[in-house]
Amino acid sequence: MTPVARQELVLSGARALRRQVDRQNRWADLTLWTGAGILALLVLAAVLASVIAPDQPNTQHLTEGFLHPSTAHLFGTDAFGRDIFSRALYGLRVDLLLGIVATYVPLVIGMALGAIAGYYRGWRETVIMRITDVTIALPFIVLILAIVAIVGPGLTGVYIGEIAVSWALYARLTRAEMLVLREQQFIVAAEALGYSTPRIIFKHALPHLIRPNLVFSMADIVLNILVLASLSFLGVGVQPPTPELGAMIAEGGQYLLSAWWIATLPGLVLVVLGSGFSLVGDALADRFGRRLELPR
Amino acid sequence: MISARASRRVLQSLLVLVGVSIVSFALIHLVPGDPARIALGPRASLTAVSEARHTLGLDKPLVTQYLNFVTGALQGNLGYSIQQRASVGSLVGNRILPSVLLVGFSTVLAVLLAVPLGLVSALKRDRLPDHVIRIVTMVTFAMPAFWLGLVLVELLSLRAHLLPVSGYGGSFAEKLKDLLLPSLTIALYLAPMLIRTLRSSVLDVLDSDFIEAARARGLSERRVVLKHVLRNASIATVTVLAVNLGFLISGTVVIEVVFDIPGLGSLIVTAVQSRDFPVVQSLTLIFGAFVIGVNLLADLAYAVIDPRVRQASTT
Repeated sequence: MTPVARQELVLSGARALRRQVDRQNRWADLTLWTGAGILALLVLAAVLASVIAPDQPNTQHLTEGFLHPSTAHLFGTDAFGRDIFSRALYGLRVDLLLGIVATYVPLVIGMALGAIAGYYRGWRETVIMRITDVTIALPFIVLILAIVAIVGPGLTGVYIGEIAVSWALYARLTRAEMLVLREQQFIVAAEALGYSTPRIIFKHALPHLIRPNLVFSMADIVLNILVLASLSFLGVGVQPPTPELGAMIAEGGQYLLSAWWIATLPGLVLVVLGSGFSLVGDALADRFGRRLELPR
Repeated sequence: MISARASRRVLQSLLVLVGVSIVSFALIHLVPGDPARIALGPRASLTAVSEARHTLGLDKPLVTQYLNFVTGALQGNLGYSIQQRASVGSLVGNRILPSVLLVGFSTVLAVLLAVPLGLVSALKRDRLPDHVIRIVTMVTFAMPAFWLGLVLVELLSLRAHLLPVSGYGGSFAEKLKDLLLPSLTIALYLAPMLIRTLRSSVLDVLDSDFIEAARARGLSERRVVLKHVLRNASIATVTVLAVNLGFLISGTVVIEVVFDIPGLGSLIVTAVQSRDFPVVQSLTLIFGAFVIGVNLLADLAYAVIDPRVRQASTT
């Protein structure tokens, strides 16, 4: 092979690689901005619910029940003549707030516990990780249902249940990352400089642990919101007449044939919301070279 | 050695199981107020409440109560439900088959969906088929399982009259027919998780040296995929399924309620609604034990299928 031909071969390989990376980046950009756009729109709609909503969420107009979706009632009306679009906006508030709180409070708890377990090893690791194992061994909806049984049905029970369960996956993820990180030069250097252990864990190590947790949190928000919707659907989450998307689907379930929109449209809102988070999560996973799946 | 690794895993699983038993035992003691009073309602007489406390064993010391709970569970005696006036064991026994059928049926459907799609997604990485599959899985991942169930009922049962709306038939064939739509719902809910994980494990396999070596030996791409990639991906499927088992069960619980299937999931939901603590306790233990057991089996099976796992643990 002549030197020129060899050079050409190497260059064409490099170009192919370049094209692949470009393709990946374009895709990641597209998903990121689509997802972020969807989320921005929905967050805005939830925050401004009282301004945008054409009607109060719980006002009944008994003569205007089961109206088809129209320009007057974008999502139609339910059995009590309540405007479903307005209820969906207010319901979105409840779901979004829970999704964010029940994801990021456990993220902080789980990261702190996982970092401590991974850094100190020894008995701290044993205690923390065994509790984590037990929490993960139970199917999350069973454990949350059990907690709701104790606390009593309602939004408070769901908050307590979700926070009590969600931290475990973050702890497992963070510990695994910390085990690798603590062997790195800059951590060893910080130890050699005599920095205090909390300073090393929280100022030096934690910033490196945020990325994988952030990527996973995008899938976790979707899961947490769906758990709230499921519990409300089962009658142990948000109690009527408070609007919540899962509860609205439950109410519409019995009118599927006569008034499909009552259950279907609030469900679509949930799907769009979840897709927004998933798109952003997928793009972040691509960017950071992480995977968006349940940590083992 | 296999046995050293296996016994370590068994021991570890037993420890987690003990933890799960403590959690499910503790549940009833975390109830604010008197569980017996809550179970019977505010109008029950004092004697009835103290009788209920005795039936539930709440009048004994904590350690005795825990040991009774564990030994009882090991003997298949799971306590007594005051609300339903039946032993928890018989309640569970009547309802275990539908749940097992549902879980099995939906796992089969989910694997049939996920394996080809995960494989295509990885092989056509960053090309159109991959993008389409990823978008579709993202959207289905965001769908509430119960909503998906309702929409499928609306489309397939109420409008197209293809499948029964809900219920649980008498004969085995009827049962399978009734379980088809719920299983399909759970499969559609589970498949995105499986597809994602499979995609990335197939990508790992494609990057590995032995695939490079197979290609270097001049094997056709078809042969590389069918013989080398697929075989390794199928091992991954076993693990992926075990890891997502909790997810699968969570889906089953909700779907049983949607389709009115008399299984363990709908039992725990009614128990939570009526705050029937012994039933909640036992079911938490049963679900936990099931997940731990299946994960252990998958892990042991993994070592049998894949010799590298055995070797790695000896070093």
